[in-house]
Amino acid sequence: MGEVIVKADNLSFGYEKRLVINNIRFEIEKKDYIGIVGTNGSAKSTLLKLIMGFLKPNVGMIELFGSHIGDFKDWNKIGYLPQNARSFNTRFPATVEEIVGSSQYSQMNILKILNKKIKEATLAALEAVNMVGFKDSLIGNLSGGQQQRVFLAKLLVNNPEIIFMDEPLIGVDAESQDVFFDLINKLNVDFGITIVVVTHDVSKLNHRANKIFHLDNGKLNIDNIFNKNRGEEH
Amino acid sequence: MTDIFSYPFMQRALLIGIIISIISSSMGLFLVLRRFSMVGDTLSHTALAGVALGMITNTYPFYTAIVTTLAASVIVEKLRKEYKEYAELSLAIVMAAGIGIASLLISIGKNKTIGIMNYMFGSISLVTEEDLKIVLFLGAIIISIILFLFRALFYITFDESDAKLRGIPVSKLNLLFAMLVAITITLSMRIVGILLVSSMMTVPVATSIQVAKSFKQAFIYTNIFGVLSVTLGLITSFIFDVAPGGSIVTISLLLLLLVIILKKLYGKLVKKATNLLDGGVYNEQNI
Repeated sequence: MGEVIVKADNLSFGYEKRLVINNIRFEIEKKDYIGIVGTNGSAKSTLLKLIMGFLKPNVGMIELFGSHIGDFKDWNKIGYLPQNARSFNTRFPATVEEIVGSSQYSQMNILKILNKKIKEATLAALEAVNMVGFKDSLIGNLSGGQQQRVFLAKLLVNNPEIIFMDEPLIGVDAESQDVFFDLINKLNVDFGITIVVVTHDVSKLNHRANKIFHLDNGKLNIDNIFNKNRGEEH
Repeated sequence: MTDIFSYPFMQRALLIGIIISIISSSMGLFLVLRRFSMVGDTLSHTALAGVALGMITNTYPFYTAIVTTLAASVIVEKLRKEYKEYAELSLAIVMAAGIGIASLLISIGKNKTIGIMNYMFGSISLVTEEDLKIVLFLGAIIISIILFLFRALFYITFDESDAKLRGIPVSKLNLLFAMLVAITITLSMRIVGILLVSSMMTVPVATSIQVAKSFKQAFIYTNIFGVLSVTLGLITSFIFDVAPGGSIVTISLLLLLLVIILKKLYGKLVKKATNLLDGGVYNEQNI
């Protein structure tokens, strides 16, 4: 058993009278790679938002890193790639390096726009997602898959322990999707980052994830997958 | 030509002009990229009401205008939250209020508000020593705040909801920013004129994003185009004895036109050269 990062118990959530999540419980352990799947409207994104505290459950409790969600403060440990990450103004005049560097804004030296330490961390994050060669490109000139890798680097720069992704590859071509999922795998296996990804396409996760959360009519079924790529059994 | 700079009022106007062009271009970059460029227009119309109020009550119009624009900036931000899905509605409401109250005050004031034309289209000769002191003082404060908050403003501008997730106090910064815009407009109206203030916040940005290859470049170019427009505009205004607001805006529009034409020509040249070198393979991203 690894360290428990997320713990949910007796969790229910509904809009008006209809419960979309009905009394579920689960744990997410360090280094897990979890796929959340289900049909449209099966509250996959809602579950992510509950875990991160953007929505409050009607009943039940959620803990992040051992703290009750309401008391959790250490948001640097958490990375979130929302479904609409790529809905920015595509003519925004900013380079890949500026976008990734900006997420370290709390460590910014006021007078220098990007100081040396930040530059190094930015380049390391871009290296991890194989995008260093594009550091001076305008963000709007990249393809959808490349933009998504840049946004991933923007999360990595803060050294998160867990990354939540909500349908990261809608509108991205199949080949780039594979590149992206291989990359996520690398972050999970080599960097030890816990991954939680919402997707409607379970086939992309079969050889990579170690647990699949199926959401169906408010209920949760968990599949534990033995994955020889991971070299461990859960 | 060299005589221009020997007049104290012209020296004052140029110094004020350069400062206001730097602050309004810098604020304008963030406003335009957040698709909020009409804020300038809205707040400047409420400044008109403030100026009329000052004239009627025999108060220095700058002070009354700063009060009305600051109040308007707070109201815009409040209404923006109220009408989340219709952000521009907050601007339309406040603008209507500004013009409505201004026209009432102007007609009530009769003879007292005759001088309002100078505030509507700008004037160089009426710039006083007091104006200069105010602009130097508030201009320095605004520039320092922009530099201090540069990264956070960039973050909010690129992705406001992500900035909220990261714990950046977005609502407070939005309010502070709207208030800075209000002050910038009041500072600028003496020279550029109320009706043209917002163009100082938008046209240099439009020119700069034609050529900028990074946010840093966009910021620098916006300031260069802004300062160039104001300096050349003021000189033109002096030589041809026309309202400075009009000449400044005309110059800034000519710069925009020039940059667009040069960019198109450059694009065609690159296309031709690439065609020659690569035997017809043309990659748009290389422009």
